[in-house]
Amino acid sequence: MKSSPKKHRKKFVAAIAARVCMYLSLLAVFAFAIAIIWAVIRRGWQCITWEMVTSLPGGGFYIGKSGGFLNAIVGSIYIVGASTILGLIISIPAVFYLNVYLKKTSKLAYVARLAYDVLFGVPSIVYGAFAFTLMIAVGMRTSLLGGIITTTLLIIPIMIRSMDEVVKNVPDELYEASYALGSTRLETVKLVIRQILSGIATATLLSVGRAIGDAAGVMFTAGFSDSIPTSLTQQTATLPLSIFFQLSAPQVEVQERAYAAAFVLTIIVLIISLLGRFLTNKFSKHKI
Amino acid sequence: MNINSKRLLKEKTMGGAMFFITILSLLLVVVMGVGLYMKSSPIFNELSLLDILTAREWRPAKSQFGFFPFVMGTVWVTLIAIIIAFPISLFTALYLTEYAKSVVRKYVYPALDILAALPSVIYGVWGTLVVVPWISKKLGPVFVDYTSGYTVLAAGIVLGIMILPLLVSLFVEIFSTVPMAMREVSLALGSTRWQLSTKVIMKKSLPGIFATIVLAVSRALGETIAVLMVCGNVPQIPHSIFDACYPIPALIANNYGEMLSMPLYEAALMLAATILFVVVLVFNLTSRIVLRRISKND
Repeated sequence: MKSSPKKHRKKFVAAIAARVCMYLSLLAVFAFAIAIIWAVIRRGWQCITWEMVTSLPGGGFYIGKSGGFLNAIVGSIYIVGASTILGLIISIPAVFYLNVYLKKTSKLAYVARLAYDVLFGVPSIVYGAFAFTLMIAVGMRTSLLGGIITTTLLIIPIMIRSMDEVVKNVPDELYEASYALGSTRLETVKLVIRQILSGIATATLLSVGRAIGDAAGVMFTAGFSDSIPTSLTQQTATLPLSIFFQLSAPQVEVQERAYAAAFVLTIIVLIISLLGRFLTNKFSKHKI
Repeated sequence: MNINSKRLLKEKTMGGAMFFITILSLLLVVVMGVGLYMKSSPIFNELSLLDILTAREWRPAKSQFGFFPFVMGTVWVTLIAIIIAFPISLFTALYLTEYAKSVVRKYVYPALDILAALPSVIYGVWGTLVVVPWISKKLGPVFVDYTSGYTVLAAGIVLGIMILPLLVSLFVEIFSTVPMAMREVSLALGSTRWQLSTKVIMKKSLPGIFATIVLAVSRALGETIAVLMVCGNVPQIPHSIFDACYPIPALIANNYGEMLSMPLYEAALMLAATILFVVVLVFNLTSRIVLRRISKND
């Protein structure tokens, strides 16, 4: 049976049209990525000065007088650094419990993975609101500690799920060899950890990227301050919030500093993202 | 104590500790839900959930907490975001799995990585720098007399781009679970790649595509700062995409400072957070379960 030439033509016209749509979509993806970075970096580059990155807000900072946003940079580093360490301390044992201690068919492992997926999807503003009520309940005020706790809660599911993906790919033979030699499960964990070091690094970078950019979560819990916190109970500024607050100010000078801060944040995030991809590429070659 | 029992003891105690940590982090879901609900429950002494969701007046000082404008704001913005992101991500994912050479993939994935990595406040900055002026000066005047640019459309565009990477990566994952043999059979019968894409790949992946959209919707619902920066924050029911709106996350974020000053205000805002949490929870659970099934069946 021969199909008519007309039907034939229709089939190829559709194929070509689809191809055009695909190219346009691809172009859109590239265009969005480049347009966003280009706009933020170009505007930021016009505004940024060395003084902004290295000094604290001076008097009259929010009406456009002198000063910089070092407080926000340091605040973000404090929060991200501390919560990443806390997050790793919690998520590494959880990942290994799921993968080494529990059987593949375990109900608990299924529920746990589902729960982490759900937690991953919970918006950071909800984390913020929840942590805020928690803090009020225990009589804590908005502080560096509050910000750290919220951010830790926020990144735990990301860490666990991305490390989990890597551990899952460790071949069964490795476990079998280890058990056959008489190792306990804990000793096997030590073996597996060496296999997934790069996975842990990528997961960490991913969480750092998410943590440093999060504004809604720390808004409730870390507060804002013009100085660098010297104790856990003091409020602290963060880079995203500093951008947000300064951009909503009516003065052009203040807004310009927001663009400068956005420039700094974008560069940090880009470096983290590139580093993550580099690590994945580099280490994925040398695994068994 | 000999060395073996020491090793076993170590294994047992560490196992216990790890179990404890796992359960603790799991319980977060429950604790979060209960905590948020308890904080919002005082408002139910005065108003029912249905009243709150359908009332249109938002006057916290008079204890009037109508969520309807905010719900509508969220719905509009999310809808626009999905309309923008869905076709782009579907075509991109199809291209990546069915058409592309690995060279193309090498450049597309980093671009998606960057879109995924950019913090929402940066999207917000971009929105105010580029999208808002574009709407108020170029696009808006074509359709309406006046628009500030801070609109449903601006929020939808920004949000649509934000959820692109999630959609593409999930689509790619689903499409690659379709067995190679099916592709070979279809091509051997003389189908074009496009026919293969629509009649085999997409047909087979329909539940997954649906689940992915649900997941993307739930991501879009909770996005706060970027939307807050470009949506205008006027508590009204938007009538066109050139109207300002006020989605639920923006409501929570904007009012956290003053919420302790008025009775029931805190409860109302916490109710907003609870609603967000429950909706996201339900959406996530269903779509994740569906996606789990799909990747298991391959």
